[in-house]
Amino acid sequence: MALQDRNRVVVLEDRVENISGAEFPLSFDEQQVPFTLASFKETFDIKIIRVTPTDIEFDLIGIDASIANALRRILIAEIPTMAIEKVYMVNNTGIVQDEVLAHRLGLIPIKADPDEFQWKRADEQPTDQNTLVFRLDIACSRNPEAAADETDNRVKYINGSVYSGQLAWIPQGDQETRFAAEPIRPVHEDILVTKMRPGQQIVCEMHCVKGVGKDHAKFSPVSTASYRLLPEIQILEDITGEDADAFAACFAPGVIEVVEERGVRVARVANARKDTVSREVLRHKRFEGKVRLTRVRDHFIFNVESTGIVPPQKLVSQALDVLMEKCDIAKAALAQATSGGNSNEMDEE
Amino acid sequence: MSGQMQFNSQSGAPGFKGPVTQMSYLCASCSKSNEIKPKEPIRCHDCGHRILYKKRTPRMVQFEAR
Repeated sequence: MALQDRNRVVVLEDRVENISGAEFPLSFDEQQVPFTLASFKETFDIKIIRVTPTDIEFDLIGIDASIANALRRILIAEIPTMAIEKVYMVNNTGIVQDEVLAHRLGLIPIKADPDEFQWKRADEQPTDQNTLVFRLDIACSRNPEAAADETDNRVKYINGSVYSGQLAWIPQGDQETRFAAEPIRPVHEDILVTKMRPGQQIVCEMHCVKGVGKDHAKFSPVSTASYRLLPEIQILEDITGEDADAFAACFAPGVIEVVEERGVRVARVANARKDTVSREVLRHKRFEGKVRLTRVRDHFIFNVESTGIVPPQKLVSQALDVLMEKCDIAKAALAQATSGGNSNEMDEE
Repeated sequence: MSGQMQFNSQSGAPGFKGPVTQMSYLCASCSKSNEIKPKEPIRCHDCGHRILYKKRTPRMVQFEAR
C-alpha cells in the first residue's frame, strides 16, 4: 500500500479498495509508521459541527474504526434511561390486546433523568427511588355536541384516539418535591397508543424502571447513532469549460464549485462532506483518470439523534465515560493475566 | 407469551370457590348482560340468542412491556 493511501479507502466504479487498515510495520511502502502516544495526541481531534436540542453531529478524527464503533454501540445499547416495564391491566375492552398494548406503552420515551434513579433488581420491591408510576384511565364515548352526520372521528367521539400525553404521572413518596422543577412526563404528547370506540375502556397502571438498550430497545436513549467516513474527491487533472459544469452536476449540490481561473472555468472541490458518494462521476468516459474518489479511513462523521430524554451532547460524554470504564476493566484484567496469573486465568480473560 | 401473565390472587383461599356464584355473560346479539346459573340453558333472557360471551376477568392482570 502506498504511504499516501495509508488512511484512504478508495472508491472505484465497481468496487471499494483499501477497506481495512494495514497499521502494522513496513506495510506502507516498506516504511516504519510506528504508533506512539505523542503522534496520536497530535493527530487526534474532535470537532463539533452542529448541536440542536435533539441532534449532534461531530467529527472524530485520528482513531481506529474499532473505537468509533465501540462508541456507537455504547450509545445505542449501554446508556440507561427510564421506560415502562410493567403494565398492570385492570380493564381493557379496546381492540388492541393487552399484550400488544403493554408493548406499545413500553416503547413510549419517558422524560425522566435516569441519574435520579437507582437500578431495580428483579427481586427488589419497587420504591420511589427506582420506580415511576403512570396511570391510564380512559373511556371512549360519543360526542353529544357532534352533528348527527359527523364523519370526522376526532369530532364524533370523545377519546377516540389515546395519546401518550394522556398518561398521568402518579408521584410516589418524595417524587413530587424531587421533580417539582420538571415533572415526569412522556417526551412527546402526541404518540398514538391505541384507538377506541364508544363503550370501550382502558384502565391500567404502569411501572417504569431504569434499563439499558442491550436489555430492550425501548431503553435505548438514541433514535439513531451512526457514523460515516469523510468523503474526499481528488481532482487529478483540471476539468475545464463545459466539462466543469457536467462534473459539478455529477455530485450533490454544493460539493463542486466552478470557478474562473485565468479566464478558464475550472471545477474545484468546495465541500466534499456533502458528497453522497453516488459514484455517478465514474460512469462518464470523459472524466476517466481525471478524478479519484476516496474516503478518509480515520475521519468519522458521527450523527447522534436523541429520543429527547437526554440531551445529545450529554449522551456522547456519557458514552465516553462508559468506554473509559470498560478500558479500566480490561486494563485491570490484562494486568492480572500478565502478572502472576496462571494459564487458566488467562483463558477466562 | 407463556409465563407472561400473572394473576393477582384476591382475598380468600385460592382455588376454593364460595357458594354458587352467579356469572354474567354478554349476549352476542343484543349485548345485554345475562345472569346465568350453572345447568341453566345457555340462552339470552331478552332475545333468546344462544351465543353468549364471557366477560373479562375483574382481576388485575400483569404484563411485561416487552
